[in-house]
Amino acid sequence: MSIKEIEDSIVEEFSMFDNWMDKYEYIIELGKGVPVLDHKFKKDENLITGCQSRVWLGCEIKDGKLWFSADSDAIITKGIISLLIRAFNGQKPSDIITADLSFIEAIGLKENLSPTRANGLVSMIKQIKDYALAYNSLKNV
Amino acid sequence: MIESLDDIRAQFPALEQKFYGNDLVYLDNAATIQKPLSVISLMDEMTRLRNSNVHRAMYRLSDEVTTLYESARNEVVKFINAPGRENIIFTSGTTASINLVARSLSDARCGYLSHKYSIGGCTNNGEMFLGDGDVIVFTGDSHHSNLVPWQLAAQRCGAATDYLKLDDDGRWSVSQLDSKLASIIESGKRVRLVAITHISNVLGIVNPVKEAVEVAHRYGALALVDGAQGIVHRKVDVIDIDCDFYAFSAHKIYGQTGVGVLYGKSDILDAMPPFMGGGDMVNRVTYEKTTYAPLPLKFEAGTPNFIGAASLKPALEFAALLQEGGIATEVERSENEIKSYLQCEFEKIEGLKWYGKAPLNERIPLYSITVKGVHPADMAQILDKMGVAVRTGLLCAEPVMDRFGVGVSSDSSQPQGMLRASFASYNTLAEAEYFIASLNRCVNMLR
Repeated sequence: MSIKEIEDSIVEEFSMFDNWMDKYEYIIELGKGVPVLDHKFKKDENLITGCQSRVWLGCEIKDGKLWFSADSDAIITKGIISLLIRAFNGQKPSDIITADLSFIEAIGLKENLSPTRANGLVSMIKQIKDYALAYNSLKNV
Repeated sequence: MIESLDDIRAQFPALEQKFYGNDLVYLDNAATIQKPLSVISLMDEMTRLRNSNVHRAMYRLSDEVTTLYESARNEVVKFINAPGRENIIFTSGTTASINLVARSLSDARCGYLSHKYSIGGCTNNGEMFLGDGDVIVFTGDSHHSNLVPWQLAAQRCGAATDYLKLDDDGRWSVSQLDSKLASIIESGKRVRLVAITHISNVLGIVNPVKEAVEVAHRYGALALVDGAQGIVHRKVDVIDIDCDFYAFSAHKIYGQTGVGVLYGKSDILDAMPPFMGGGDMVNRVTYEKTTYAPLPLKFEAGTPNFIGAASLKPALEFAALLQEGGIATEVERSENEIKSYLQCEFEKIEGLKWYGKAPLNERIPLYSITVKGVHPADMAQILDKMGVAVRTGLLCAEPVMDRFGVGVSSDSSQPQGMLRASFASYNTLAEAEYFIASLNRCVNMLR
């Protein structure tokens, strides 16, 4: 599936929830389900700091596609991370670079991407795109 | 007329809002407090009709604005029992007030080294300025504003900083300060300044400032009190406390943002070089040299936030009413009721820790908490959906977070930061009950 198709399916899933409580319970459930980050990634150089919560992000390339693993000490952040990973995992760097991630707004979680929340998510997305850019330029060498 | 708690609450239009369909329960008062109608209407009137730069013009409108600005200064004099107007400097906030002192005292090159200043009976031969081999001591419950400026000052002039460690309840003591200063003196160094937090923005404990100031003076050090939270919750009398400086912000005590006060003793302020140069702070300027305006204008360079500063008059009148008016005992009773209720309910939530253990009358209705295994940011996000506004994170006091094992340096399995609920005069017991019910609900969701 393309990033866009995955985004659309996430939006559809979230359309089932008609109140914020159910939506957050679902995100919390997703957050609890994220596999614990491989120890090799949970180190300071993979740490993205925010004032509120911490995010760890690791990235590997296999057959020209990127695979991310991530963790956060905040469960809601972790839930949103799991959605981002679902959209990006196994995708080509060039597709990741151009992804607009409009689904975050469509499912009503835009406030989580506000820089004032300082939860590390904005920096995480930038880091994902930086990885994609770096691998993309490697490929073009 | 304000005769009841309901009358107090009715003064704050911001409290009538709803978020996500729920009534706003505003519990972030230590960050900034809502504004009463008297402040709002003055700001409105000044923005509409009384806009003209202060201290400069020869026309009626400017005179009127200058009068409003200067009468706010008079109100500050009255509110903190300062000796006079020359002791009150308008700044942009607590942070700017402390930076002014830190910068000016570490700038001996521009200073008045011949000045003789006597502290606690010992004459320091004019050497009140910070220099090589000097030590600045601050209390371990300081927020960044009473900590970073001193580290910067120390770097600038070769001085060192030291601090009072907090015990497990979040307290430091006067005897601890005494032995700290004694050991610094014994090591052959000089203690130039002690920076004391009146009430910590994390722990809510009211510190014994008067006694601490007395100890600082005994060792020949100046004493600065960071009153960011203290000014709101305790009657401050700078003559009684005898501090050399007291700093606070307007926006935490019902006034406008971007305005603060630095109180200083006249002879010290007189001896200090200006922090910023510009208009309004001068006596005579030539291409080569400038002499400065007398206090307090010497430290008020450039166009001040005159509308914001003027807001301090109605703001402090309101605060004085709550501290000393007929309603004062009712406000105190309500705050005590909220404190007892919260402390009792906190004990019932599994894994919950609250910080700043002190007798009820020695702490303010401000509680920073952690819940084992639950991230404060997650709790705050869910509370927000219920209409409850609280603060989370490192609370601009990273060293305090480190002290209690929830700082940036804590192990990565431990969520960092705390969740803080800070109550004001207008908050009700019903709001405290709603907060606890919401907290229970979100902890259950997240655990």
